[in-house]
Amino acid sequence: MKQKDLRSLKNIRINILKLSNKAKSSHIGSSLSIVEILYVLYFRILRKKDRFILSKGHAALSLYCTLFEKKILNKKELYSFGQNGTKLMAHVSHKVKGVEFSTGSLGHGLPVAVGKALFFKSKNLNNKVYVLISDGELNEGSTWESLLFACHHSLDNLIIILDNNKIQSMGPVNNIIKLEPIKKKIQAFGASVFKCNGHKIDKIIKIFNLKNKNKPKFIIADTIKGKGVSFMESNNLWHYKNPDDRQLVKAIKEIKKKYA
Amino acid sequence: MRKIFVKSLIELNKKKNIYLLINDLGFNVVEPFQKKFPKKMYNAGVSEQNMMGMSAGIASEKNHVFAYSIGNFSTFRCAEQIRNDIDYHNLPVTIVSVGSGLSYGNLGYTHHALQDFALMRSFHNILILSPGNNSEVHGVLKYIIKNPQPSYLRLDKDENKSEFRNNSSIKPGKIYKIFNGDKKNIILTTGSVQNIAKKLNKNKYSIYSLPIWGKKTKKRTLNELKKYNKIITIEDHFNDAGFGSWVRECFSNTKYKNIVINKYIDEKVINHVGSKSYLMKKFGPKG
Repeated sequence: MKQKDLRSLKNIRINILKLSNKAKSSHIGSSLSIVEILYVLYFRILRKKDRFILSKGHAALSLYCTLFEKKILNKKELYSFGQNGTKLMAHVSHKVKGVEFSTGSLGHGLPVAVGKALFFKSKNLNNKVYVLISDGELNEGSTWESLLFACHHSLDNLIIILDNNKIQSMGPVNNIIKLEPIKKKIQAFGASVFKCNGHKIDKIIKIFNLKNKNKPKFIIADTIKGKGVSFMESNNLWHYKNPDDRQLVKAIKEIKKKYA
Repeated sequence: MRKIFVKSLIELNKKKNIYLLINDLGFNVVEPFQKKFPKKMYNAGVSEQNMMGMSAGIASEKNHVFAYSIGNFSTFRCAEQIRNDIDYHNLPVTIVSVGSGLSYGNLGYTHHALQDFALMRSFHNILILSPGNNSEVHGVLKYIIKNPQPSYLRLDKDENKSEFRNNSSIKPGKIYKIFNGDKKNIILTTGSVQNIAKKLNKNKYSIYSLPIWGKKTKKRTLNELKKYNKIITIEDHFNDAGFGSWVRECFSNTKYKNIVINKYIDEKVINHVGSKSYLMKKFGPKG
């Protein structure tokens, strides 16, 4: 990994930690699991004419910190996160510069992305639509409804990324509603399915660049909830909790060491 | 009213950025639009939530989407998609429901649209389009295509050719006279109850229709109504949070003491089966 990439990934994670502490906001684990995916999208993949929807809107903090790293948001805007009167609420909002669509209730992002992809395809335009969904969202009927439609209409301008961190609100996905075998299920629907380590930026880029003619692309990105902070990783507590001042110091120290 | 809807939609699609989404309903109704604009009509299948989300997605790319279904399918089934994806983002999607009130008589309670005003008028941006006859269908479409915004078009399954006016210019919040009678006491209708209003009008009140209304038109409608002593509202919907309640809300917290009387469908209809005319006679608005 290049030094520049490491530095950005470090900055994004430290800002997530600091802001979660400052705003006393939840969903830090969900925010940390998608840092690399968002980084690759914003720094390597998305063109001006493309669209990106964060369907797992509770990871808004991760997107806001990426937009700050990309210099779309300034420091004053970013640090208003979760404060009274801010536009940066804890679920992603279209009132914020650089955000395509508001989400927060699960299962909404994919249908909207499918609508956009259908429009571009109907006009023979080559804009691409990217949408990042959570594994918990695979419990939602609307997600499957829209996947059926996208495959039936061969929407190959649609790229769905699954943040497969394997933990949802109340615990491990496997103990709540079993999703596996995800790959086979999605393939049976008719999408081109790829799998990668969602924290390795080179692997993510490679899969984004693979062709998926006449089929939507579905990327299963294997991730770790709370990635980067030892005491947060794969621990469901951090779906809700925010770090106190002592934990913040410890977490930042770890991140600085890992992404040096 | 379904056919006049599609006919008007084709006629008014001048900018050609209108999309029609259906959810596997509209057989023998929507085909002319598909024939004329094959890349502008899609069948979402039996999936109302997806249809509404997709409608928001298409509309967010500067298009006007009509999302067509019947009864409660395009409202209650996908209420959160309407709330978050369409209304909150203020996107030009016109949600169409065919089968207002008891239109689908013997298909039963699942198909009766009796609480939809209550839901749809609670949204911040949604304008309610509730035409009472064919010319009003054309008029409300003309308005909404010229002024695309989140909206709810509620259509009777049957045609109502009475009161056809060629000059069908209809504005939000404004009332339109359909019977000339008493100057101070009026009957106010919305949707397909104009014939009922005429039948119940023993005192020869003037009858008006209000085809476009919603949260944002309350002030304008109040200005129209405040000059009348008595207003009797008639609707093919339950009383709670319906049209009559909305008219009362127009007057609430104002100095006006006008008398508003609501006539509506009795909730006892829930446990009964029968044709539209049978159910309306038994449970519809009474004199």
